[in-house]
Amino acid sequence: MATADTIRTILAQHGKLPVDAATLNEDSDLYAAGLSSFASVQLMLAIEEEFDIEFPENLLNRKTFSTIATIVEVVTELSKDQQAA
Amino acid sequence: MTIQGAVAPLALMDRAKRVAAIAAEHADQVDVQGRFPAEAVAAMRSERLLGIQIPTAQGGEGVSVMEIAEICTTLGKGCSAAAMVFAMHQIKVSSLVSHGSGAGWHEAFMSRVAEEQLLLGSATTEGGIGGNLRNSICAIEVDGDTCRLEKNATVISYGDQADAILITSRAHADAAPSDQVMTVFLKDQYTLDKTQTWDALGMRGTCSDGYVFKGEAPAQQILPRPFAEIAAQSMLAHAHILWSAVWYGIAADAFARAQAFVRAAARRSPEAMPPGALRVAEASSLLQGVKASIIAALTQYEAVRGDEDKLSAMSFAVAMNNLKIASSQTILTIINHCMLICGILGYKNGTPYSLGRHLRDAHSAQLMISNDRILGNTSTMLLIHKQDTSLLA
Repeated sequence: MATADTIRTILAQHGKLPVDAATLNEDSDLYAAGLSSFASVQLMLAIEEEFDIEFPENLLNRKTFSTIATIVEVVTELSKDQQAA
Repeated sequence: MTIQGAVAPLALMDRAKRVAAIAAEHADQVDVQGRFPAEAVAAMRSERLLGIQIPTAQGGEGVSVMEIAEICTTLGKGCSAAAMVFAMHQIKVSSLVSHGSGAGWHEAFMSRVAEEQLLLGSATTEGGIGGNLRNSICAIEVDGDTCRLEKNATVISYGDQADAILITSRAHADAAPSDQVMTVFLKDQYTLDKTQTWDALGMRGTCSDGYVFKGEAPAQQILPRPFAEIAAQSMLAHAHILWSAVWYGIAADAFARAQAFVRAAARRSPEAMPPGALRVAEASSLLQGVKASIIAALTQYEAVRGDEDKLSAMSFAVAMNNLKIASSQTILTIINHCMLICGILGYKNGTPYSLGRHLRDAHSAQLMISNDRILGNTSTMLLIHKQDTSLLA
């Protein structure tokens, strides 16, 4: 299950952030924290692998990965939908 | 559409053609001397082309990106440097129109651009960032109502001639390199200390010198949205589409010269097919491909305009990147065909079939944002983005 902590862990491993991911709260702007577009793709790939989901095209945008909270929300939704399918 | 609406674009293109004629007249001299296309830009001002993209509410004409692209092509046929100056200016205007609406200072500034026909320059390149404009080293300092910025701007095209410069920096002293803002500085709010002189293979009239920029202005001149959004939602599409439109114009003029060469040969000896005729047909096909790619990108852009989610979607970024790669590569092939067709008269300067300037100018296309960097970014996105391979969707 996607929680803020699991996402934070993945972010720490793959986000290549100049700051410690542990210091980010759920609503911190990840782009302001230094998330590059390249790192955001690596983050997406790692999340797909971790939760065995696939991001559909309409969610591959800046907004989806803007905060830990939005990622948790999207991953939770996708997990539900894609396991039901 | 009203009658007025139907007539306006014709008049607009007439204005553009008058500017293109002046640009063409001075193109060789601009190229040889590596000087600013002053006559062409003066004509843009007198035809009031610099403010056309600005909404009518701010005194502009609210002209669409399609029409601006058409003007870029028209100018590109006459003088690549003048066309590229126009394109770069319009790319900056697009950032103001897309991201400055609703911001009091920026709306008033748009009115000034339209009224006074101000020429906008861009300072996104910085020494030490390795060409990645989505990173900055310098940071803007906001002190009460004032902001200050110093930037080692290794390229500011027509920096000396610009009336205002839109410049990127980190959002504050502690911001990450990718956390950027863009700020408008007016000419009397900055100094430019020249560090590098633009003496280049082509696009010589863009005068893309390097400077140390030092500016101080009211802090409200910082664009209210993060530069990441500006880059994704207005700059990316406008840059790749308008640049491609200029490049298409360069290739189209080379093609016209090559076709004229073959026609002249055919008229002299109508019984024998000139040897270059097949290559004209080949270049024609390639040229049509570039045109089709630009129109497809324009259509795609118009369809998602105003939709922030779709504009920042990977599918859109991949499509715009692909346009840039395809057009920048194909124009070189086209102009090379034209050179083979025209032979020594194409290779020599000062003939009606000269193509040296076209070929040199066209070589800039692969480098202004390096194709390798763009391919790298696209390949990253393609790790996760599934390209839409349907024909019509």
